[in-house]
Parts: sequence; structure tokens; C-alpha cells
Amino acid sequence: MASIEVNGKSYETDEEGYLIDLAEWNPEVGNFLAQSENIEMTDQHWEVINFLREYFEEYQIAPAVRVLTKAIGKKLGPEKGTSEYLYGLFPYGPGKQACKIAGLPKPTGCI
Amino acid sequence: MLHIINRSPLADKALENCLNTATGGDILLIEDAVYAATKGNAFESRLRAAMGKFKINVLRPDLEARGMADRLVDGAKLVDYAGFVELAVANKTCQSWL
Amino acid sequence: MSDVKKFMFVNRKAPYGTIYALESLEVVLITAAFDQDVSLMFTDDGVFQLKKGQQTKGIETKNFSPTYRALEGYDIEKLYVDRESLQERGLTEDDLLVDVKVLSRAEVGALMDEQDVILSF
Repeated sequence: MASIEVNGKSYETDEEGYLIDLAEWNPEVGNFLAQSENIEMTDQHWEVINFLREYFEEYQIAPAVRVLTKAIGKKLGPEKGTSEYLYGLFPYGPGKQACKIAGLPKPTGCI
Repeated sequence: MLHIINRSPLADKALENCLNTATGGDILLIEDAVYAATKGNAFESRLRAAMGKFKINVLRPDLEARGMADRLVDGAKLVDYAGFVELAVANKTCQSWL
Repeated sequence: MSDVKKFMFVNRKAPYGTIYALESLEVVLITAAFDQDVSLMFTDDGVFQLKKGQQTKGIETKNFSPTYRALEGYDIEKLYVDRESLQERGLTEDDLLVDVKVLSRAEVGALMDEQDVILSF
């Protein structure tokens, strides 16, 4: 199994770099995973990451991109509930990239 | 003898056959068999009728997993994993009705 | 889209004892991406999947029951439950963690006849 090291602590990941145990996640791990994706985290990024973690806490799944986009629009305002906005923050896909940074599994139905 | 059942009584004949065949002893309901010991289940009266002949034990973690911990039938005993082991040790033989 | 088909997922197994309930849920979520007309039927022990208050810590298994509440966000809003199956298990609509439509056996059969594709779990 693969692993990453953040601040001297080791975290297990799968072969694609997704964290195995989401309970181990913390913002430093999030920052580290973001760097490995070449993403500079801003408040706008964290807003989406925190939303994803709350969504997972409530429903026990990572939302599909379409569902995420709609839910973000409802929660954070319609100007943010668009794929342009979310792909602007996470160019390789909000589902795939943002879920990885948030320490969540890859979204179900992400093909 | 300890009889272990893991199938829902409304989806499989395992518990029914056990009650009709075995001469008595301990029964331990695990996994989907825990539904047999819940109030309002269509099998409830059949299970109650067997209580004179058998001691009914129900594995607590499986009952809780299914959200049924608030409706255990009277006369059935909840056991945890340690209780499972104790039952297996206390009985000379053990049969799983798979 | 002109080729929208009616898909029904028929769920007849209790959760956790077998893998069917979780497998069905995962396929449902994937199917949602294809904009089809999806409905979910819960009958026999399948009604137990929707029981409130599931606590799976003791069996060290993922509690997937909260995910049924996410289905609305996936635009899957047709959830049906067979009335007799509820009654045989001492359950009422209040015991369920999502809003469902409760149907008679005859209505369940009629609804099955309307489908293009039925997937059984």
C-alpha cells in the first residue's frame, strides 16, 4: 500500500493517492494532497473542501459532480454552483481532485 | 447443544427447520436472524412458542446494526461477542444452520 | 432525450447479512448519472434497508443507511414500499428514514408491468 508523510506522520493511501482512513484527515494533510495536485489552496477552495466533508458526514458518500454543483449552488450561492467555477478551482475535476484533497473516497458513479 | 442461525426467518427456512428438528438447548440468533426476535415480526409468535423448549439468545451488535435494538421480544437474551464465546464453550456441541 | 427508459430496482434483502442491499444502492447512484427514469421498490426483507436508527459500530461495517437520504439530491424521488412487507415485520412508515409511497401488492405488480428494465437485488 502507498503512503504519504505529513509533519513526520505517515498516512496510508490507495494507489491513486486517496486517503484510506478519512478519520485521519486534517487541514495539513489537505494542503499536502493539494500540493501533490499542484493546487494552491485559497478560501474558495476550502469552502468546497469543507462542504464535501460535511456532505460525506451526512450521507456517507462523496457526491457525483452534478449533485455537488447543484448542492454548492444552494449552499454557497448560485454564482458558485456552476461547473465553470468548480473546474476553475479544481481543473482535473471537482469530484476527483477535491474529494482527494478532502480525504474522501472517489465519488460513486465517477466513471 | 448450541444452535446458531444467521438467516432472516421470513426469507429462509433455517430457523423454522431448527425449531422443528432440534430437541432443545440454546439458540443464538446472529446477522439477519436477529429479526426473528423483534416485536411485530410475523415469526414472533412462532419464536415465543419455542421459548419453553429453547433458550433464545440474540447477538446485540447485529441487532443494533439493523436499527432494531428498541424492539427485542420479551424472553430473549441479548449477548455480546464475549457471550457468544461463552455459549460456545458452555455447550458440548455447536451447530450452524447454514 | 428521447431514449429515456423506466428502470426499477427491486430490493428484497435485509442490509448487512448479504451484500445485495449495498450493491443495489451503488448501482442506483451510478444509474442516476444517465438521466433515466429510476424508481426503487422495497419489498420482503428489503424494507429493513430503510429502518431508522441503524448503528453498525459493533459489527465494524459501514452504515450505508444515511445514503438513502442523499437519493433526493440525485433526483431519485420514486421510492416505493410494499405495505404487506412492512406489516409482516412490525414496521410502519414512521420507522423509515426517507419519505416513501406505500403500495398494495396489486399496485406493486402493476408498477412492475410499466417498467422497461427491472434489476433485482
